[in-house]
Amino acid sequence: MNPLLTLKSVTMEFGGLRAIGDLDFHVAPQEMVGLIGPNGAGKTTVFNIITGVYKPTRGDIHFQGHSLQGKKPNRITALGIARTFQNIRLFSSLSVFDNVRTAMSGRLRYGIVHSFTRGAAFQAEEARIRDEVFALLDIFGLRDDADRQASGLPYGDQRRLEIVRALATGPSLLLLDEPAAGMNPTEKVRLMELIHFVHEKFRIAVLLVEHDMRVVMGVCQRIVVLDYGQKIAEGTPDTIQRDPKVIEAYLGGEVTHA
Amino acid sequence: MKPNIAHIALAAGLVASFALNAIAPQLDDYAVNILVLAGINIILAVSLNLVNGHTGQFSLGHAGFMAAGAYTSSIITLSLSPVLSTAPAWQGHVAFFGALLVGGVFAALCGFLVGVPSLRLRGDYLAIVTLGFGEIIRVVIQNTEALGGARGLEGIPPYTNLLWTFGIATVAIYVVASLVNSTYGRGFIAVRDDEIAAEAMGINTTKYKVTAFVVGAFFAGLAGGLYAHFISYIAPEGFNFLKSVDVVVMVILGGMGSTPGVAAAAVLLTLMNELLRDFEQYRMIVFALLLIVLMIIRPQGLLGNFQRRKRKPAQP
Repeated sequence: MNPLLTLKSVTMEFGGLRAIGDLDFHVAPQEMVGLIGPNGAGKTTVFNIITGVYKPTRGDIHFQGHSLQGKKPNRITALGIARTFQNIRLFSSLSVFDNVRTAMSGRLRYGIVHSFTRGAAFQAEEARIRDEVFALLDIFGLRDDADRQASGLPYGDQRRLEIVRALATGPSLLLLDEPAAGMNPTEKVRLMELIHFVHEKFRIAVLLVEHDMRVVMGVCQRIVVLDYGQKIAEGTPDTIQRDPKVIEAYLGGEVTHA
Repeated sequence: MKPNIAHIALAAGLVASFALNAIAPQLDDYAVNILVLAGINIILAVSLNLVNGHTGQFSLGHAGFMAAGAYTSSIITLSLSPVLSTAPAWQGHVAFFGALLVGGVFAALCGFLVGVPSLRLRGDYLAIVTLGFGEIIRVVIQNTEALGGARGLEGIPPYTNLLWTFGIATVAIYVVASLVNSTYGRGFIAVRDDEIAAEAMGINTTKYKVTAFVVGAFFAGLAGGLYAHFISYIAPEGFNFLKSVDVVVMVILGGMGSTPGVAAAAVLLTLMNELLRDFEQYRMIVFALLLIVLMIIRPQGLLGNFQRRKRKPAQP
C-alpha cells in the first residue's frame, strides 16, 4: 500500500541549532504510529513541520501524492491532516458547538456573500453543518454541552473537544500532540479507548506524540523513536521496548518497571 | 424560500428608518442633529467592532477610512452640484447615494492596503501601523490644495437625512451581525481567540483579516460621506487620531464583539457628548473617568461576554 504521509530526509535548523536531522519516516493509511523521544527530542517540531507551521530547512514531505512544500497550514488541513495541540488551543470564547462548526468552515460550499443574502443554499448548508456537528457531538457524548463556552469545560472534556474539532475538518490523518498530558490513570485509560474508537469509527491514520509509555504501547502499531532530532529506532512496540539504543536514550528504568 | 429572522430584522430596520425620516419635520432641529450623529456613530462603532472586536485586530485608523469616504463622496457631489442644484430633489439623492458608495469603495480599498501589513503584525505593532496610516491619509489631504488643504471643503450639499443615516446603520448592523452569525463568520472569532489553532482548523486567517479590514473600512467610508453631507463642511482636523480613539472607546465601552453593545455605546456617547456640552472643558475628564470605572467593574464592556484570555490553570 502506498504510504499516506512520507517524510524524506527532513532537516530543520533554527539558526545554528539542528532540531531535526535527516528524518525519514512514513505513515500508512489507517495506521497508528507513535512518535516518542525524551524531552526536546523534536517531536512537536515534527508536528509543526508536517502541519506547515514551520518550513523545513531541507527535505520533502508528501501527503497522498501532494507535496506539502511551502503550503500554508490551512491548505494542509484542507488536504486532510488535522491536529490537536500539546497545550489545549480551543476557541475559548466560542461555544462547544461553534468550536466544532468553525472547523468545518474550510470546506463550506458557500462564500461570504451568502452570509448576507442568507438564501436557500445558505440555509441548507448551515442545516447540514448543524446536523453533522450534532452527530459528532453525539458520538463523543458532548451534545449536552453544545451551548457551553469551551473554556468552561472540564479539562478532560476540553481535550476530547479538541479531538472532535480536529475530526470536523474531515481528515485522513490525525496528529495528536501529547493527548494524555495532565491526565490521571483513569482518564488515560479512557483516552486510549477513545483513540482506538476514533481510529476504527473514522478509519483514519493516527500519528501520536506521547510521553506516557503505557498509552503509546497500548495504542500504536508502530513506533518511531527520536533523540536529539535523529531517528534512533523504529518498529513494533515489542521491538522498541527491547531496543538497547532506545533503552539507553529514553526508556531506561521505565521498561523494567512496566 | 421561507423568510428568516435576519431578513425580517433588516426589513424592520429599514421601515423604521423610513418612519423616523417621515416624522423628522415634527422634531426640532436639535433632536434631528443628535439622531443623525448617533446614527453615524453607530455605523462607525459597529464596523470597527468587526475589526477590533470580532477579529481581534487592534486598529486605530478608523478616522482615516472615514476621511477617505468623506472626501471622495464630497468631491463627487460638489463637482455635480451645478447640474444637481436645478434638478429635482430625488435625482440629487440618487447622485448622493452613488457618491456615498464610491466613497465607501475607495475607503475599502484603503482598508485593503492596511489589511495587508496586518497579516504580519499583531497587537501594539498593528495599532501603531494603523494609527500611522490614518495620519498619512489626513496629512495627504491637508497638503493637497485640490482637496481644500487645511481649510477643508465647504458648501457640501446637505443630503444626509434620517433615512440615509439609519438605513445605512441598519445595513451595517445587518451585514456585521449576519457575517459573524454564520459558520463562515465564526472564523473571525476563531482568528481572535487563537490564530494558530484557526489556521490548523483550515481557516484562511489572511483572508479573514483582510475581509474584516475591507468591510470595516467600507462602512467607515459611508459614515464619513454621511457626516460630510450632514455638516456641509469637512476639514482634515476632524479626522485626526482622536476621532479614531472616540470610536475605539465606543467599541470597548459597548463590549468587544457585541454588536448591540457597541451600538448602544455609540448612542450613549453621542448623548453624553451633548449633555456635557455645558462643561466643555471637563468633558474629556468625565469620559476618562467613565472608562476607568467601567473597566474596573465590567471589563468585558456593557454587553460584551468576551473574556480577556486568562492564564489557564497548568494542570487540573
